[in-house]
Amino acid sequence: MVFSRTRQLRTTKRLTGDRKGDHYPFSLQFYQLPPTENISLTEFETFAIERLKLLKSVENFGVSYLKGSLEYNAKLESELRKLKFVCLAPNDEIDDKVYDIRRKDHISHFILRLAYCQSEDLRRWFIQQEMDLFKFRFNLLPKEKVQEFLRFNDLEYVAISGEEKDLLQHDLMNSTFGLSTAKLEDCEFYKVPFQAALDLVRPRKVFLSKGFAFIPHKDIVTLILNDFRTRLSKALALSARSLPVVQSDERLQPLLSHLRPYNMTSNVGRTRIPMYRQSFELSSKSFPLCMRQLHKSLREHHHLRHGGRMQYGLFLKGIGLTLEQALQFWKLEFTKGKVDSEKFDKTYSYSIRHNYGKEGKRTDYTPYSCMKIILSNPPSQGDYHGCPFRHSDPELLKQKLQSFKVSSTGINQILDLVKGMHFQLACQKYFELTHNVDDCGFSLNHPNQYFAESQKLLTGGRDVKKEQAPMESSQANPPSQVTSSLSSSTNVTSTQSEEMEDLEQILSEY
Amino acid sequence: MDLSVYEPASLPDLLPLYYRRLFPFYQYYRWLNYGGVVKNYFPNREFSFTLKDDIYVRYQSFSNMSELEKEMQKMNPYKIDIGAVYSHKPSLHNSVKSGTFQAQEKELVFDIDMTDYDDVRRCCSSADICNKCWTLMTIAIRILDRALYEDFGFQHRLWVYSGRRGVHCWVCDESARKLSQAERSAVAEYLTVVKGGEETIKKVQLSDPIHPLIRKSLKIIERYFEEYALLGQDILENKQCWDKVLSLVPEAVRENLLRDFQKARSSVDRWERLKKSLGPLELKKGANSAKEIMLQYCYPRLDINVSKGVNHLLKSPFSVHPKTGRISVPIDVRKLESFDPFAVPTISMMCSELDNVSTIEEDQADANEGEPDVKRRTRDYKRTSLAPYVKTFEQFLDKLDQSRKGEMLLKSDLKKEF
Repeated sequence: MVFSRTRQLRTTKRLTGDRKGDHYPFSLQFYQLPPTENISLTEFETFAIERLKLLKSVENFGVSYLKGSLEYNAKLESELRKLKFVCLAPNDEIDDKVYDIRRKDHISHFILRLAYCQSEDLRRWFIQQEMDLFKFRFNLLPKEKVQEFLRFNDLEYVAISGEEKDLLQHDLMNSTFGLSTAKLEDCEFYKVPFQAALDLVRPRKVFLSKGFAFIPHKDIVTLILNDFRTRLSKALALSARSLPVVQSDERLQPLLSHLRPYNMTSNVGRTRIPMYRQSFELSSKSFPLCMRQLHKSLREHHHLRHGGRMQYGLFLKGIGLTLEQALQFWKLEFTKGKVDSEKFDKTYSYSIRHNYGKEGKRTDYTPYSCMKIILSNPPSQGDYHGCPFRHSDPELLKQKLQSFKVSSTGINQILDLVKGMHFQLACQKYFELTHNVDDCGFSLNHPNQYFAESQKLLTGGRDVKKEQAPMESSQANPPSQVTSSLSSSTNVTSTQSEEMEDLEQILSEY
Repeated sequence: MDLSVYEPASLPDLLPLYYRRLFPFYQYYRWLNYGGVVKNYFPNREFSFTLKDDIYVRYQSFSNMSELEKEMQKMNPYKIDIGAVYSHKPSLHNSVKSGTFQAQEKELVFDIDMTDYDDVRRCCSSADICNKCWTLMTIAIRILDRALYEDFGFQHRLWVYSGRRGVHCWVCDESARKLSQAERSAVAEYLTVVKGGEETIKKVQLSDPIHPLIRKSLKIIERYFEEYALLGQDILENKQCWDKVLSLVPEAVRENLLRDFQKARSSVDRWERLKKSLGPLELKKGANSAKEIMLQYCYPRLDINVSKGVNHLLKSPFSVHPKTGRISVPIDVRKLESFDPFAVPTISMMCSELDNVSTIEEDQADANEGEPDVKRRTRDYKRTSLAPYVKTFEQFLDKLDQSRKGEMLLKSDLKKEF
């Protein structure tokens, strides 16, 4: 039955060899069935590497540009072309070339599933990139093809009746951007449990009633993506279970493990840089704005709320503060305020020890990346954490930059970037302006990277000793190692309390 | 000395009495057991106790009501928190294979804390509350309760006074208990309107069209705004406070308004002028300023992190607040306007109420000796000011039972068809 249906849709006469037109009728796929053919090991490897490259680009573009913007789309499209994951099918005909590209799309996706199914982090990363890629491709699909594609993949949503629509008219219009009464007539709405459309529920872009979301046709991609995510996530969990079988294959095992450790987030969070007594002024300059803000507010209030303690505490850990130093640092500051020493030990020291992997599930936590700071846990009343470029009023940001003596042209450049939602680029600009360089020569994605790059510049790269441990193995990296490297490089022979003074001095801003 | 006035130092003496004679174990178990429909639902539930000197014990769990009762009477916790239902008994969490011990279900909870309103209330700050600012909690409950019911379809919402400066909500529908972390955060974010920390002045930005949630919430705020904000808090009383409000309107009208404000006599008058001056801005940016100000001053501020996590702990109903001695009591939403946080019984108040009756009935005591504990406790709390709150709780439980029965009937009907 399936065969006859698709045959009506497609002309397949041009295909040669084993190629079958009904395999890949569309320019994008739901990846429901794994490939069953035999492929060579070389092909296996090239496919996988190229898809990995593609997904990394998807991630990078998503960070540098607003997803769905013209720039983002253009970049992604050229990347797809460059890596040969897309090809125009003229007259909707599937020739050998088109077929081969779609086959590669299919097979490479399933290879990466094997490489990325084994840990929660890997799975999350993979799902995110695949979803962004899917969304991009879905939006390119011509309107008339959408229904066909949905039917082909058994994704059918039932629209609400005219009466129900009339009844809810006002609420539906007030929930949907740019929908006039006239348009409402033609617009279909699909009624689904709100859990199926979280991306629309979260920003209130959909009407909710009694637990159901009413999705306008133009937002149907949200539903499809939700389905895509659910299925992919289930499939990855299943693959993880059959992993031992794959790993016992000695031909595949080295290939897969080669693909697995994705290093794109690099090791910045783990770079430990020794701090120098004389470099106190340099150090405060090396703090990105978010950390400067947290430090300042900690100084003023002798307190930071949880979000701030996490963001700042882990940053300090990342630049080399040992557990003992961290405990002393926070205690000194907090006890200047309302918290007495006993309360500090009871209430706050646990979470600091927790950050260093000494309590609870004993994970050695890594400092937050810019993405994490920008996207998750936005600051609310009483909070000073977050990204100053993302979470400040432009007016306040401007004042702050003025107080740091940033030139007014510089401030305008930064504010323009902020307006375009390029928060990391704005921060990068801030780096360039405060360090007097034209081009910082790196793409910023981590506060600790900011610190490291700044140190590199300020000390002329002369004696910046980096102790780099890759992200993955860092779990096993005992903090004691860091202590030794720190003390050996600073030649600290003093007692603990004097060290604390050093630290204080290093961290005092002005 | 008046024994009914709460003194934190007396807590260790009062707690044993409270847990022995007053704590409504029967109703409490009835709640968390959810009809015993799901196997091990109660035994796999995490409780955590805060003991004397802030000693915090996590992962407590109890197989049944009598074990819970015995343990609580033994440990006399200063504070009780409720956590998630786990895959295994929480008390055994160290003995199961790591990674397999996971939080599976929990009520969807909300925590609203008066401290988060410090920038918009003039009467008190931090942990202090008064009858003036309590209106903020009333508004919060009205708005969220409507949205949880009408928008999300949740039937069983238990509102509880936290004992000091805020309120909690426990959404107990089966579907709410099963929500994943992502789903919980989506609900919480949908409900969050006031955004931004200390670095943000304007915390509410409306976009056109205005979403039904906001429209309906504004309707509720309108009912309280004049009385609460303009008269009670007097948010436009003097220059210092109206400057704060003016920083939220478009610059174009700011100067004129400033002049207007100096001429006007009262907050109500100034608010009228503000609304009028925004009128001509129709359809342009800033036309919603008045609405945005109302939302920034009155819309509920959620501690979103509490709602997000399945495994997040929240103070239990009927736990004592160690600082105030007040009991965390359920709030009857139908009589919300008359709920007074200062009328909520403290542990010392109830214990002395208990004392008063027992001295009167001393002579009858012998006759009661043989009575079972549960029965005596029922009678005990009924003689204190805790009684009406337990009743509210029981009504909530009855409703839970009813809909559970309804569902089971439906299910068995469906089965018969085959």
